[in-house]
Amino acid sequence: MSLLELRDLSVTYAGDVPAVRGVSLSVAPGEVLGVAGESGCGKSTITNAVLRLLPKSATVGGSVLLDGEDVHGMSFGRLRAVRWATASIVFQGALHSLNAVRTIGRQIAEPILLHEPKTSRKAADLRVGELLEQVGLPARRARDYPHQLSGGQRQRVMIALALACRPRLVIADEPTTALDVMVQAQVLQLLSGLVKDLGLALVLISHDLSVLGTTCDRVAVMYAGKVVEEGPASVVFDDSRHPYSGALAGAFPRVGDPRFRYAPAGLAGDPPYPGDLPAGCPFHPRCPVAFDRCSEAEVELLDVGAGRRAACLRAGEAS
Amino acid sequence: MRGYVLKKVGWSIGTLLFVVVFNFFLFRLLPGDPIGLYTRGRNMSPDQLIRLRQQLNRPIGEQFITYLSNPFASTINSTRFNRPVWEIIGERVWPTVLLVGTAVLVAALAGVWLGIRSGWRRGSRFDRVTTGTTNTLYAMPEFWVGMMLIMWLPFFPSGGINSVGVTGFLPTVVDTAWHLVLPVTALAIVYLAEYTSIMRASLVDELRQDYLTLARAKGLREDLVRRRHAVPNALLPTMTLIFLNLGFVIGGAITVEYVFSWPGLGLLTAEALRGPDIPLLQAVFLLFSLGVIVFTLLADLLYAVLDPRVSTQ
Repeated sequence: MSLLELRDLSVTYAGDVPAVRGVSLSVAPGEVLGVAGESGCGKSTITNAVLRLLPKSATVGGSVLLDGEDVHGMSFGRLRAVRWATASIVFQGALHSLNAVRTIGRQIAEPILLHEPKTSRKAADLRVGELLEQVGLPARRARDYPHQLSGGQRQRVMIALALACRPRLVIADEPTTALDVMVQAQVLQLLSGLVKDLGLALVLISHDLSVLGTTCDRVAVMYAGKVVEEGPASVVFDDSRHPYSGALAGAFPRVGDPRFRYAPAGLAGDPPYPGDLPAGCPFHPRCPVAFDRCSEAEVELLDVGAGRRAACLRAGEAS
Repeated sequence: MRGYVLKKVGWSIGTLLFVVVFNFFLFRLLPGDPIGLYTRGRNMSPDQLIRLRQQLNRPIGEQFITYLSNPFASTINSTRFNRPVWEIIGERVWPTVLLVGTAVLVAALAGVWLGIRSGWRRGSRFDRVTTGTTNTLYAMPEFWVGMMLIMWLPFFPSGGINSVGVTGFLPTVVDTAWHLVLPVTALAIVYLAEYTSIMRASLVDELRQDYLTLARAKGLREDLVRRRHAVPNALLPTMTLIFLNLGFVIGGAITVEYVFSWPGLGLLTAEALRGPDIPLLQAVFLLFSLGVIVFTLLADLLYAVLDPRVSTQ
C-alpha cells in the first residue's frame, strides 16, 4: 500500500490562480519519486499541501492520503501529531527556513521533544548529535547558529531536521539547489541510503533532471499544475513521450552523448502564468510538434505502456 | 564579541567628548548677562558689579581649559539657587527616573503585548481598534493629556510627589505611588503607540518568513509558533527602541513634570530656562546627552546579546 497518495489534488490560490490542477501520484515505502518541472509549475504547492501548510485563502480539491488518512479532513490536533512525525519536509532555502536566533541544536531537538514528550533533554541532545553526524556534520555544531554554517552545511542541517522524528515519508523540495556538485552528490547519496536502510518513502522535487535520473525510481514531470508524463526514471528522460519532458531532458546535456554535441537544446518562451493558461494543452504555444487539435481540448494522462502515462496527443508516436 | 564591545564603547567615548566641547560653546553663544541675573533684585552699586564682572572676564580659551579639566565639577553654583549645580541635579534626578522609568516600562510592556496581539491577527477587529486608539492618543500633546486627566480624575493628587505630613517608609512609598498615577498615565498613553506600532510592524514582517512555515510543519501549536519563533525575532527592533527611549528618560518629561509640579529634572530645566540659569542649564544638558549616549551603548550591547548574528560578524 502506498504511504502517500494524491488523488486528483487541486490547489487554487486567492484571486483564482490554479497552481495545481488535478494531480494524482503515489509513493510506497522504500520508493523514491521524483517530481520535475520549471519554477511555477506547482511543485512546492504540492509539498505544502501534503502537510496542509497552504495559506488559508487557498482552496484545495481532491484528497491527500497519508497512510490512508485524508490530511485535509483531519482535526487540528491529529494534524499536528502527524506533521513531522509521519511526514517531514526538507524545505528549500535553508537560510530562511531556519530561525536565526536559535541554535540549530535547539531547532532540531524541538520536534523530538514535541512529538516524544517523554524524551529527556539530554537524550534529545544526544539524538541531535547523532542526526548531525548522520549528515556529515560534527555533533558540536549543534551549538552554532544558522549564520555560522555554510550554505551546504545548512542544507544538511535541514535534512537532519527532517529525520529528527524518524518519519516514514520525507519530501525534499530542491534539497540540492545552491550546493556545489560534490556536496550535492553527498546529500543525494545520503538520502538514497536512508531510503534503503530505513525504508523511507522519499519525494524528491527538483528542476535538475540529472539529480532525479540518478536517484529516483519513478519520475513525474509537471507542467502548469498538471502531471504531463510519469513513469520509470530511466525511460522518462531517455525515451520521453511528452515533448515537454523531452525538452527538459535536452536542456541538461550529458557529456559523451553524441545527441548533445551540436545544438544545445533549450525551450523558447516562459511557462504560462497559472492564472491565465492557454486553451487546450497548456504547453502547445511552446511545443515544437504542436498541431491544430492541441489548442482545442486539454489532454488527459493516458497509459502509454510499460508503466508510463503521458498527456500528449502524440504520445503514441515513437519519438 | 570583544572587538564589537570595544568598538561601541570607543564610539560612545568619542561622542561624549564631542558633546562636552559643543556644550561649552553652545552656552557661550546664549545672550544674557550672568552677573545681571545673579544679582537680580539685589541692591548693588555699579562698583560692586564691575568687581563681580572682573571675576568673569578671563579669556574664553582659559575658561574652556578650566571647564575641560572637569566638566562635572560640583563647585559651580547655580545663579538661581545659589548652590552647586550637581548637588541640585542629584536631588532632582531620582523623581524623574522614577516617573519616566515607570512610564516607559508600563508603555513598553503594554505596547509590546498589544503589538503582538494585533500584528499576529493583522486586520482583525482587535488590530483596527488598537491601532486607531493608540495613534489617536499619540497625536495628543502629553501636557494636554495631563491636564485632562487632572480634570477627569480629581480623586488623584494633581501635583507634587508627596503629601504633607506623611512619614515612615511604607506610607511614603504608598503616597508616592498614589502621586505617580496621573503623570505616569499621561506619559504612558502617549508613548504607547510607539511601542505598539513598532512591535506590530516587526511581527508583521516576520509573518511571511519561511521559518514560521517550518515551525508549523514541525507540528507546533500556533501559540508556540508565535512565542518561540515569531516574537523573539520581532522583539529585536523593539528592544532597541525601548533602550533608546530610556536614554531620553531623564530629559523627556519637561511638560508633564511642569503640569504635575513633579520635582524632577524636567521641571528643573523649565525653571533654569526662565533665568536663564546658564551653569545649571549647561549641567542639565550635559546629563541629558550622557543619558542618551549611555543608553544607546546599552542598546547596542543588548542587541548583540539578543541577536547572535551581530556579535560574531
